[in-house]
Amino acid sequence: MAREIPYIAAVQEAIRVEMERDPTVVFYGQDVAPSDEDPLVQAFGRERVRVSPISETAEIGMAVGLALAGYRPVVELLMTEFMLVAMNQVVNEAPRLRYMSGGQVKVPAVFKAGYGFTAGWAGQHTGSIYGMFMGFPGLKIALPATPADAKGLMAAAIRDDNPVCYLINYLMVLEHGDVPEGEYVVPFGEAAVRRDGSDVTIVATGWTVGRALAAAETLAQEGIQAEVIDPRTLNPLDTATILASVEKTGRLVIADQGTRHGGASAVIAAEVAEHGFGSLKAPITQVTALDVTVPYSEPMEAYVLPNEEKIALGVRQVLGEAPVAA
Amino acid sequence: MDQLDNDRLVWMFTQMLRIREFEERVKRTFEEHPGVIRGHTHLADGAEASIVGSLATMKPGDQLMATYRCHGYPIALGTDTKAIMAEIYGRKDGLCGGYGGSMHLVDPGRGFMGTSGIVGQGIPQATGLAFAAQLRNSSRPPTPEPPQVVLSFFGDGASKQGAFHESLNIASLWKLPVVYVMENNNYNVSTRSEQEDANAANGEPLSVKAAAYSMPGVTVDGGDPVAVYEAVGAAADRARAGDGPTLVESKVYRLSAHGNIIAPPGVPLHYPEHEAITTFGNREEYEAALRGDPVPRFRARLVEQGVLDPARADEIANAVTEEMEAAVQFALDDPFPEPEAAARNDYVYA
Repeated sequence: MAREIPYIAAVQEAIRVEMERDPTVVFYGQDVAPSDEDPLVQAFGRERVRVSPISETAEIGMAVGLALAGYRPVVELLMTEFMLVAMNQVVNEAPRLRYMSGGQVKVPAVFKAGYGFTAGWAGQHTGSIYGMFMGFPGLKIALPATPADAKGLMAAAIRDDNPVCYLINYLMVLEHGDVPEGEYVVPFGEAAVRRDGSDVTIVATGWTVGRALAAAETLAQEGIQAEVIDPRTLNPLDTATILASVEKTGRLVIADQGTRHGGASAVIAAEVAEHGFGSLKAPITQVTALDVTVPYSEPMEAYVLPNEEKIALGVRQVLGEAPVAA
Repeated sequence: MDQLDNDRLVWMFTQMLRIREFEERVKRTFEEHPGVIRGHTHLADGAEASIVGSLATMKPGDQLMATYRCHGYPIALGTDTKAIMAEIYGRKDGLCGGYGGSMHLVDPGRGFMGTSGIVGQGIPQATGLAFAAQLRNSSRPPTPEPPQVVLSFFGDGASKQGAFHESLNIASLWKLPVVYVMENNNYNVSTRSEQEDANAANGEPLSVKAAAYSMPGVTVDGGDPVAVYEAVGAAADRARAGDGPTLVESKVYRLSAHGNIIAPPGVPLHYPEHEAITTFGNREEYEAALRGDPVPRFRARLVEQGVLDPARADEIANAVTEEMEAAVQFALDDPFPEPEAAARNDYVYA
């Protein structure tokens, strides 16, 4: 049975449910349960729930070791940028060991972190940097855009036999939504069609899913029916659902909070350009953040980010109903 | 720690010889079969006593992680040398199917959980294995088997990596059952320790780093397998008792250069002389190391103590020569993997 809970509560619920069903799941990280009164500590004990020093390389490297030994660690890393401190473990160790061993070992680990906190956190804590992880085969990336997906994708991440960057959009943590109780798994690699439409496909990730849906309502009043697709995981990426939608609509707008170059949007655009070119009636439009470091001051921050209006404008452009900026 | 009986001492000598002969055959391959080995190999000649003395402390269920200089560990653990050589030759029946190569040997069934090709990065992974061992030790039903420990092998250079310091801090904080075995060969490729290590520059052993993390640090002659066994064994006993990690600095002398030369395709690869000679012009240092070679040193000691008959030692040496000749022949004859095997998605994704 579903009931309304916030996104952030859904994440915690998934961890608790998975720890209950699987004794090999362990949870640790910076500022995780420093108090013995923490509900997770009360439920699962200090062996499986630990607070770690600020040592990302050790935290993530230890997760690799735990995973090699048959455990399923969930590491709390707080901010995606903090993974940069331990980039070798994230991209050059965890996803490569299974392959380099010829399939002899596996690395089921979850790297849990927030991203996209464009709420005045300035240049080093606001990034939507997941695009860079797409170039590392073996490393999965989940970007839940609803409370239900926040739960279901975390459960799938924990059960997955590969390392997963499970990334929480920090702008969305208090958003409420229906979340199923008990065990609930959303499989990786299956995009969600959030809204049906026939005129244009909007592929939106994470926080921009909600912005795209709002833009679609505005556009509907103008007689434009937008289909909104949420890939839910970037790796694996459900290109089949995206291509099928583009085949139907003939037009593609991509909305992503990350940068334009080297980002998720560029990868999706390239897949559609190569495999769906025959369906396209207009050039693909990418509505992303600008290629700058996110600035602190609010008007400048807003200026560099995608939003509902920019997505709607992108749609009007691919439909030939608004001029394309020079 | 168990007493080393004569059989065990002979076993240790045999493993040292096997590692030495295997590494010699890797080195000879560059001359005898040019082009067969690609990329970069790193040999354990000179470190055999340290490797074997350490691994002799292992009990069922114990695990280890090592570095790119990794051939010796699986050899001593009983991995088929044909499979190891075939991996180094990039062949289909290599230990890792040709996916890993010389730097990335893995044999989880024998407790060898792998390596990192990046300096120091295996240390936190070994620490994670120890976290897992601690969870297993505390959750298992009563058993006569001893609690499990993990051995983490790395070089002196790795002790300047954050991964080393972060790992030792957490391992000590959480009393993880791990023994950190630093194989100090005094060279980071061609840079000497006193040029890059504050302790070494001040005439201190590198084991003093342990004090910063409130754990014991000991320095041992890594050319003496019994001394290594005793030092690592004492540390393993402490770890099994739940008292946490130890840093063991095992001083070895690498008898080959850091690795074969680095060159683009088409340039024949080979092993240059040791950096003591090529970089520092110090042939005497290298020749002194050769005079102290741990393998003949241990043989002489076992013969002198009456543990090993010279004729028996020769028999062992002959058997080892035959084994490694067979490994080379197997690897030469073994086909390459099908190119399409590179795209096996089940090795990338579960």
